[in-house]
Amino acid sequence: MKRRRRHKKFDFSLLLINVFLLLLTLITIFPLINILAVSLSSSTMASQVIFLPKGFTLQSYAYIISNKAFWRAAGISILRIIAGPSVNLLFAIFPAYALSKSSRQFRGRTIYAWIFFLSTIFGGGVVPWFMMIRAAGLYNNFWGLIIPGAVAVGNIILLLNFFRQVPKELEEAAIMDGANHFRILLQIYLPVSKAAIATILLFSIVGHWNGWFDGMVLMKDPEKYPLQTYLQAVVVKQPQMSQSNVDWSVYDNISQKTTNAAQIFISILPMLIFYPFMQKYFVKGLVIGSVK
Amino acid sequence: MKLLLKQIGRQWIFHLFIWPPLIMLIIFHYIPLIQGIRMSFQDFKPAKGFFGEQEWVGLENYRYLFSLPSFSEALINTLIISIIKIVLMIVVPVLIAVLLDEVSSKRLKKVIQTSITLPHFISWVLLAGIYINILSPSEGGINVLLNRLGLESIYFLGEGQFFKATIIITDVLKEFGFATIVYLATIANIDQAQYEAAEVDGATRFQRIRYITIPNMQMIIILMTVLSLGHVLNAGFDQVYNMINSAVTREGEILDTLIYKMGFTQFEYSLSTAANMFKSIVSLLLIGTAYLYAYKKHNYVVF
Repeated sequence: MKRRRRHKKFDFSLLLINVFLLLLTLITIFPLINILAVSLSSSTMASQVIFLPKGFTLQSYAYIISNKAFWRAAGISILRIIAGPSVNLLFAIFPAYALSKSSRQFRGRTIYAWIFFLSTIFGGGVVPWFMMIRAAGLYNNFWGLIIPGAVAVGNIILLLNFFRQVPKELEEAAIMDGANHFRILLQIYLPVSKAAIATILLFSIVGHWNGWFDGMVLMKDPEKYPLQTYLQAVVVKQPQMSQSNVDWSVYDNISQKTTNAAQIFISILPMLIFYPFMQKYFVKGLVIGSVK
Repeated sequence: MKLLLKQIGRQWIFHLFIWPPLIMLIIFHYIPLIQGIRMSFQDFKPAKGFFGEQEWVGLENYRYLFSLPSFSEALINTLIISIIKIVLMIVVPVLIAVLLDEVSSKRLKKVIQTSITLPHFISWVLLAGIYINILSPSEGGINVLLNRLGLESIYFLGEGQFFKATIIITDVLKEFGFATIVYLATIANIDQAQYEAAEVDGATRFQRIRYITIPNMQMIIILMTVLSLGHVLNAGFDQVYNMINSAVTREGEILDTLIYKMGFTQFEYSLSTAANMFKSIVSLLLIGTAYLYAYKKHNYVVF
């Protein structure tokens, strides 16, 4: 993109815009700063924390490191973001490729596309969804978090729009050479679609990492909760019922508030580390996939 | 002949690509959809089995549903929350995209964009956990700050009048950055010659925005508005479920949380499903109309 607007003299309105945007940025990420600060504060001063930790201590983290329930849930979530996105990807590239063809090349393509698309705007609701999963034997089963959501239609649509922009000449040349569509997909389409693949992988990983509702209704045993469901029970639900089975008065520097903060921050951490790397891909993939 | 066989052979592989995911979709989406429609006209008893013979009750579930005060309250709450969210989620991202485009330092622009997009990727479970802390009347950072300024504590999540506003504002803060992306992309695609001509004519920043940037964004703004109107019955389950508490049930309950409550804590399966079908059908009509409009007016197609 060409650069425009070269103002030599001092630009007051630009300064104003910059200050406003920085302030807004600060407000937007304030919850993250605050939770980090609370997690690093001592329990007696945690309620006064705004931006910076008070009575700096790492004891909340030390406590969480030895918290088995937290790490078991984290382990389940890690398994989930390995299995889930792999399945999602597998169930996205093949239908996306087929649906990216014209009706002339693949008769019935439009009907199939409608069946896929309709599922995103018309559903039977949460009760029959739950009962179907139970009938399929996936209740209280890790795979209940993976299989019912295996087909992510949004990802398929994004990918198929991306595939459509792959130059037809590449494919025609490959067909001349006797390649079949399986090879064309793997050797021509996938290598040029890295940005789109990265985008849907990111969405899928984020979706699985953040998924909590299915864990809550599909897992009977709390030992099978993924991380977000575990945190939902510990951080959100329990304080509301104002009951805690831990006697915090025996600890000096930590409380439910500071240890909760530490657990929340550890759960955000993978997103924080991961996200800047993926950002350049997903902005590209998102824009190309949605603008036709 | 050989060519024809080759043609069929090529089509076969497409069906092979389509059917495995299609079967999954049928099992986990379309069968529950059909069962859901049936259940909403039945007095569903789980003991008789998901696919078992159930007693048909006609429109009884719907009739009862529409007579429930909690249902109309939830419907009104849903509409209030989601309509304000929709308006703000157009206005704020457009404004921020326009302003962000003015930022001349590339690095600063990148830092701001990365930071404001980040909350989109954090779940409402975690954010609710954080906000419940920050907004707590006795110990929360915001109220501590208010008290220090000599002001009284505000029960952001505990009082009806504040609850809705809190829900709306925190949602906008989480999502506006992500929504900005599409507008920034639109601005980046505006023909630079227009800006160069404006520069020659000595246009001010405000004039440039008013007469070039905004008119060029008009189409995408209308399109995004229409498409988001289709989701007017989604007030945000993840958020409200995790931030609501018993003090604000009447003011805070939305359709989705009510549907969940009916189905999973009151075990009113048919009633919950009827409420869900009501929502599904209205949403289908709205979204269908929205897409039709977008297609007719702006040639927008999904696939």
